[in-house]
Amino acid sequence: MRDEHKLRSKYRAWENGFATGMAVLSTVLVVTPLVAIFIYLLYKGASSLNLAFFTHNPVPVGEAGGGMANAILGSAILLGVGSLIGIPIGIAGGIFLAEFGRGTKLANAIRFTADVLNGVPSIVMGIAVYSLIVVPQGHFSAFSGGVALGIMMIPTVCRTTEEMLLMVPNAVREAALALGVPNWRSVLAITVRTASPGIITGCMLAFARVAGETAPLIFTAFGNVGWSEKLSEPIAALPLQIYVYAISPYDEWHRLAWAGALVLIVLIVLAVSLVRYVTSRGVLKGAS
Amino acid sequence: MVLCALSIFAIVVLIASELVIRSQMAWGKFGLDFFYKSYIDTYSNQPLYWDPVNGHFSALPFLYGTLVSSFLALLLAVPLAIGVAVFLTEMCPQMLRGPLAFITELLAAIPSVIYGLWAVFVLVPLLREYVNPWLIKALGWTGFFADDNPTGLGFISAGVILAIMILPIISSLTREVMTAVPGSQREAVLALGATRWEMIRMGVLRNARIGIVGAVILGLGRALGETMAVTMVIGNSPEIHKSLLANGSTMSSVIANEFAEASGDLHLSALMELGLALFIVTIIVNALAQVLVWAVTRGTPSSAH
Repeated sequence: MRDEHKLRSKYRAWENGFATGMAVLSTVLVVTPLVAIFIYLLYKGASSLNLAFFTHNPVPVGEAGGGMANAILGSAILLGVGSLIGIPIGIAGGIFLAEFGRGTKLANAIRFTADVLNGVPSIVMGIAVYSLIVVPQGHFSAFSGGVALGIMMIPTVCRTTEEMLLMVPNAVREAALALGVPNWRSVLAITVRTASPGIITGCMLAFARVAGETAPLIFTAFGNVGWSEKLSEPIAALPLQIYVYAISPYDEWHRLAWAGALVLIVLIVLAVSLVRYVTSRGVLKGAS
Repeated sequence: MVLCALSIFAIVVLIASELVIRSQMAWGKFGLDFFYKSYIDTYSNQPLYWDPVNGHFSALPFLYGTLVSSFLALLLAVPLAIGVAVFLTEMCPQMLRGPLAFITELLAAIPSVIYGLWAVFVLVPLLREYVNPWLIKALGWTGFFADDNPTGLGFISAGVILAIMILPIISSLTREVMTAVPGSQREAVLALGATRWEMIRMGVLRNARIGIVGAVILGLGRALGETMAVTMVIGNSPEIHKSLLANGSTMSSVIANEFAEASGDLHLSALMELGLALFIVTIIVNALAQVLVWAVTRGTPSSAH
């Protein structure tokens, strides 16, 4: 009886150690390659990046040099159009969810739909915008690419705005209302203002995420080897250019792809760090 | 504000209606056959699935490719992701927690095309030189690892890169769900004399299991729709092979590859129908995952007290 008991607790101790070991092992197994990937990307990108990357347009195969100046500008334009669509609508939607519609069935349904929409593959957004804008217009255009990115930003911005607003203590709202301020003014001037650093960084995060989106641009913005002058023309974009160069067989193009990847990564690291910084202090502490 | 919030419904309706309208032609011509039928090539007597030249379209190889690569990814990612989440919530020293969470967040935000770039130049050569020969030698007799594709591109490569991409998502959601389990549960199990692992198993994992399933399903949703990285490493051929080392194609990769230069209206319509199928599947998968995760993190009374 005693022996059996001893054996049992020995087994339990061993099991405990084994499980701990497995958890540590899997963390090491996951983190090491991920960190390795990250460092590799930084190293490859840094050794490929030069000034010409930012100032020159792509050159034909066989010529050395060249850069992605047009793609960088193109991405900026696409993201500008996308932000103009996605950010105001997203923020307004988020304010509704957190302030005016809190707890209502409608708000819950919208929140749920936004989360589901977040998981819809970007390529599906791409073909939907293609048939919505490119087909009626008859040609690929920067505008349609911007719309695709904007639509993708709406649910993300909406949800982060809501989360940030929910972090604002109720006492702040009550104080405003106690002074006789109407609800709409209390929301816009007090609550939104208190949460604004969080809302802004949330927008930055959404911005950084869609900055790397490639799939929805393939058949909307389409890409362009030179400058584009109008929103109605096809336009180059950084992730699109990385994709084209990565699957090409030329070393010089591969180098440019790595450099482009570094630029995107820096943008994302900045956005993610900013969000973390903002949400680690003040009233927004602990928000996502 | 309400209008802006309602725009989210509008977007879903808009996407659905556009896809339905544009895929009418393929639906009218093939009906449900689109999803399971194949044709026999009269010259070579081989099954033929996707033949834009003669106007034969069947989604079968893409459904197969999407399922195989996604399940391969889940197989690799789920145990590791849960291990990481257990370590981070229950065992990790406070000092490491912040940086590790930060890394996970960062990796979840890196764009698909960059993972694809890395996979093309690092992962695929690595698999081709070291892993695949070993798989062929050790497991070639099963038929799943045939030695007939020297490129290194294929289902295995796609599965591995997908696993790397969905790992941060699954593990951070699992962590969230596990943190939502109240501390009193842990204390209660520990007070009964349980070891730490027994506490995790009985007190935490059991309470969080619905949410963990939700996290896995969410990861599945991501894997099903992931486009760029997969397109770059799967080899892109519309065929069905038993071997996991063979080239394949997924629903999203064929859209990415052929959409911009589709050869005719029927071809375009068939691609649209694939997109519609992908849309419906991911909507269902994501909705299911949301419900499961919410069930835990929203604190259902039965597990909260």
